[in-house]
Amino acid sequence: MNIHYPGGPAVTPVKQITIVIDGEEVSVPEGSTILTACNAAGKDIPTLCYGDTLTPKNACRVCMVELKGSRVLVPSCSRKVQPDMVVMTDTDRVRHSRRLVLELLDSSVDLSTTPRIPEWKERYNVDSDRYGKRASESLTRDVHDPGEHHAGNGDVAATMCQPIKIDNDLYVRDYSKCILCYKCVDACGTQWQNSFAIQIAGRGFDSQISTEFAAELPESACVFCGNCVEVCPTGALSFKSEHDMRVAGTWDESQQTETTTVCTYCGVGCNLNLHVQDNQIVKVTSPHDHSVGHGNLCIKGRFGFQHVQNRKEDGGS
Amino acid sequence: MDLKFSNAEPFADERDAVDRLLGAGDGGWHGGQRDEEDHRRAHSGHAARSQRHLVMEALHAVNDRVGWISPGALNYIGRRLSVAPADVYSVATFYALFSTNVRPKRIVHVCTDIACMARGSKEICAGLEKQLGPASATNGWKHSPCLGVCERAPAAMAVEAGDPPHEHLIGPATVDEIVLALNEGPAALAAEAPPVMAVPQAGQEGLMLLKRVGQVDPESIDDYLTTNGYAGLRRAFDMSPGEVISEVKESRLMGRGGAAFPAGVKWESTAKQPATPRYLVCNADESEPGTFKDRAILEGDPFALIESMTIAGYGIGAERGYIYLRGEYPRAYRMLRNAIEKARERGFLGADILGKGWSFELEIRRGAGAYICGEETAIFNSIEGYRGEPRSKPPFPFEAGLFGKPTVVNNVETLCNVPLIMQMGGAEYARIGTEGSTGPKLFCVSGNLVLPGVYEVPFGATLGDILKLAGGVPEGRKLQAVLLGGAAGGFVRADELDIPLTFEGARANNTTLGSGVVLAFDDTVDLPGILLRIARFFRDESCGQCVPCRVGTVRQEEALLRIAHNRHDAASKGRDVGILRDVGLAMKDSSICGLGQAAWNAVESAIDRLGVLRESR
Ligand SMILES: Cc1cc2nc3c(=O)[nH]c(=O)nc-3n(C[C@H](O)[C@H](O)[C@H](O)COP(=O)(O)O)c2cc1C
Ligand code: SF4
Ligand code: SF4
Ligand code: SF4
Ligand code: FES
Repeated sequence: MNIHYPGGPAVTPVKQITIVIDGEEVSVPEGSTILTACNAAGKDIPTLCYGDTLTPKNACRVCMVELKGSRVLVPSCSRKVQPDMVVMTDTDRVRHSRRLVLELLDSSVDLSTTPRIPEWKERYNVDSDRYGKRASESLTRDVHDPGEHHAGNGDVAATMCQPIKIDNDLYVRDYSKCILCYKCVDACGTQWQNSFAIQIAGRGFDSQISTEFAAELPESACVFCGNCVEVCPTGALSFKSEHDMRVAGTWDESQQTETTTVCTYCGVGCNLNLHVQDNQIVKVTSPHDHSVGHGNLCIKGRFGFQHVQNRKEDGGS
Repeated sequence: MDLKFSNAEPFADERDAVDRLLGAGDGGWHGGQRDEEDHRRAHSGHAARSQRHLVMEALHAVNDRVGWISPGALNYIGRRLSVAPADVYSVATFYALFSTNVRPKRIVHVCTDIACMARGSKEICAGLEKQLGPASATNGWKHSPCLGVCERAPAAMAVEAGDPPHEHLIGPATVDEIVLALNEGPAALAAEAPPVMAVPQAGQEGLMLLKRVGQVDPESIDDYLTTNGYAGLRRAFDMSPGEVISEVKESRLMGRGGAAFPAGVKWESTAKQPATPRYLVCNADESEPGTFKDRAILEGDPFALIESMTIAGYGIGAERGYIYLRGEYPRAYRMLRNAIEKARERGFLGADILGKGWSFELEIRRGAGAYICGEETAIFNSIEGYRGEPRSKPPFPFEAGLFGKPTVVNNVETLCNVPLIMQMGGAEYARIGTEGSTGPKLFCVSGNLVLPGVYEVPFGATLGDILKLAGGVPEGRKLQAVLLGGAAGGFVRADELDIPLTFEGARANNTTLGSGVVLAFDDTVDLPGILLRIARFFRDESCGQCVPCRVGTVRQEEALLRIAHNRHDAASKGRDVGILRDVGLAMKDSSICGLGQAAWNAVESAIDRLGVLRESR
């Protein structure tokens, strides 16, 4: 069940709640999460599945903290503060759990384009090689036989590794990089887009983000708004332009500038961030804190930029 | 909502199967003629959308009729219920009994889980491989997790899609019977063993929960009524709902589904919620390996559950209850359907029950092969027509459960204590058993024992007492270990037979009763093989939502596989046991639900308590 992200300004002033984080008192508005309180206290909690425009799914479990009185660790990204909570963010238990979550992900998913992974791996002493050699590409991840799997002899560590999906000119899906955080599904579904093109299919480790019967995107309900790309934390979903440049070895974020402008296609007034490298728009994002779109766009604003950079010499007009 | 479907159309029998469930559709998208206007989009309003909860039943209808769910059938279900095809697909691919790949109409699911492993399922599989080829849907047979027929292990379930479909639990199964079921259909098999076969104590004096099993016709409401049936409800109706709850609280009845939560407290906190409607859900998913006690009641005394739920519904102020029944219990399904129908005919269900001015309805929802749906919030998602993924708590079911409303979830056995409590009074009931564990208790006793079955004893018996009831291990064999509480439980040693099988006794001995599983392994059983099967079970049954469990259960199985294959390399074994401990702790600490949190329990207890796989061994 999805709850819509409550946009718009808060109306009534809310009560402040005080909790203790690592021995220090922190006050945040009632209804805030432990994560918000941790941020207010200057703690750097890793998150992956948390999205600032989405209802927390708390699926990745990298943000876990210790809560006094709780048998298990709790996800800081979704657990709401209650008066007098006592939270610890860096105990051995917490560090162990974060280390393991990162190891389990890193040993099964290609995290090479996920921001901050090297830093966290170092911080939590991650050793993902100890699970063995990574399994090579699987060609059957889109065939679902829930409740069954082929168990080998433990020689290789199972992975998400699979062929990249390039079935349209706008964005590519490289599910070898997917951590199954559900953000794209939520963005495409009731929380934002209401297109319902993609869902999670299969069960357990064999789950995949998928259209019905893994149909190609142009055959599916996808309207190419790119709002799933916007929220994807790993680069599993990326602009075709970005993908092509990465393959060519020319993608270089240090050479990119970001310019915020207003989409000119219609009167709604969505804001666009144009990412420009070598005087070319290479991708378009949208500011998450903007009151009109909350990071969402339609196909025109998201992908309709090529005409502004067609040059005479390329045969453009 | 504006949904887009491919051009795939249902076959006539698929359409018919869905129409029979939902009624004939109207308009282009609902089964009638399509015209230009309809093009490739379906337009439907809230009324259609609010039928989402029928997705599972619709998938069952098609799967049961043709054996699998084609793209056309999937589209048709989506169109009829206003659910996007990607959503229907995501539900269909979650459940092991549904197939989105073409397959034959006849399939035999052969149980390879721990209780059956202890009693020869490996040999059966070897025989089938020889005759039919390796296990796969195309070869007509598949490996299955526990089918809940452990007393008759090794077990199998033969299924034939059709109109009507045939489903048949076989146990003890032989290669010949399975091949016969495939060649000539399940109808060719000898009749299923009667329900009483699961209850060796049947007919004995003093039974409370099992007193009718084998003694009455489970399809006859008159038999039920002449054996004190509905006396509990009449007694409850003499009281106010609040008084009913007080009695249950006073009885100190604890949940029998695994978590041992006081039922009265759960009822009270739900009844106190201002939001309505409130719901009652009976958890009859019974998929914990080694568990089959609920089946004995459902097949042998189904009216008892109907009465119990009616009392519970009255107590908490629910007007509708759901029985979530695992998909692998065909006879229980027939018995329950019959019981609901008969109870309704006689005014025990429906409007104005017994002239009390209070109404209550019951619906059965069938699972489709997913252990996780027994988790108390996954069950809501499954009933609502979603993937059976657990929800994050809080909010708890009593605040926001089924359809977001206050809900009580109770196990079958828990509920079936309620009529007893009504008749005896809570205080009197609480005198049965021990201080911390009141009432009678069912144990699912299986494995290498002379008389496996469901046993009822007042709380307080020791493990040794229970094993003795079941005749002990066969002559000439030695007890090696006992698994308590199922795959999510823990092993104890053969020299720990004094453990009292009470909630407090299990806790004091650092183990668990779980769902009442007592699975004995004699010295012929390969325990590391049993551990591998448990690891495989959790890997297969993880819903996949959270990382510790989704990947952790995979790494756990891989480490156990490596240990099995390099038994003699002490250093690598040590490393792998280290991985097991590290992964196990993270699963326990950081998984969303009890499945992941308990996925390492059995392996941990085998290492630490039995010394299996010990680093130095
Ligand atoms: C993975 C998992 C599977 C479960 N399966 C069942 C089940 O099949 N039947 C059941 O009664 N409880 C099951 N439970 C326990 C339920 O979550 C819940 O505690 C129980 O139904 C509550 O009823 P009770 O209080 O009457 O025991 C399961 C729990 C987990 C975590
Ligand atoms: S591009 Fe838009 S419509 Fe297409 S899958 Fe992504 S969110 Fe859904
Ligand atoms: S594709 Fe991206 S957003 Fe979607 S589940 Fe995978 S990692 Fe998350
Ligand atoms: S612990 Fe396992 S079964 Fe439970 S929510 Fe997480 S992945 Fe799903
Ligand atoms: S960020 Fe909190 S669980 Fe993923």
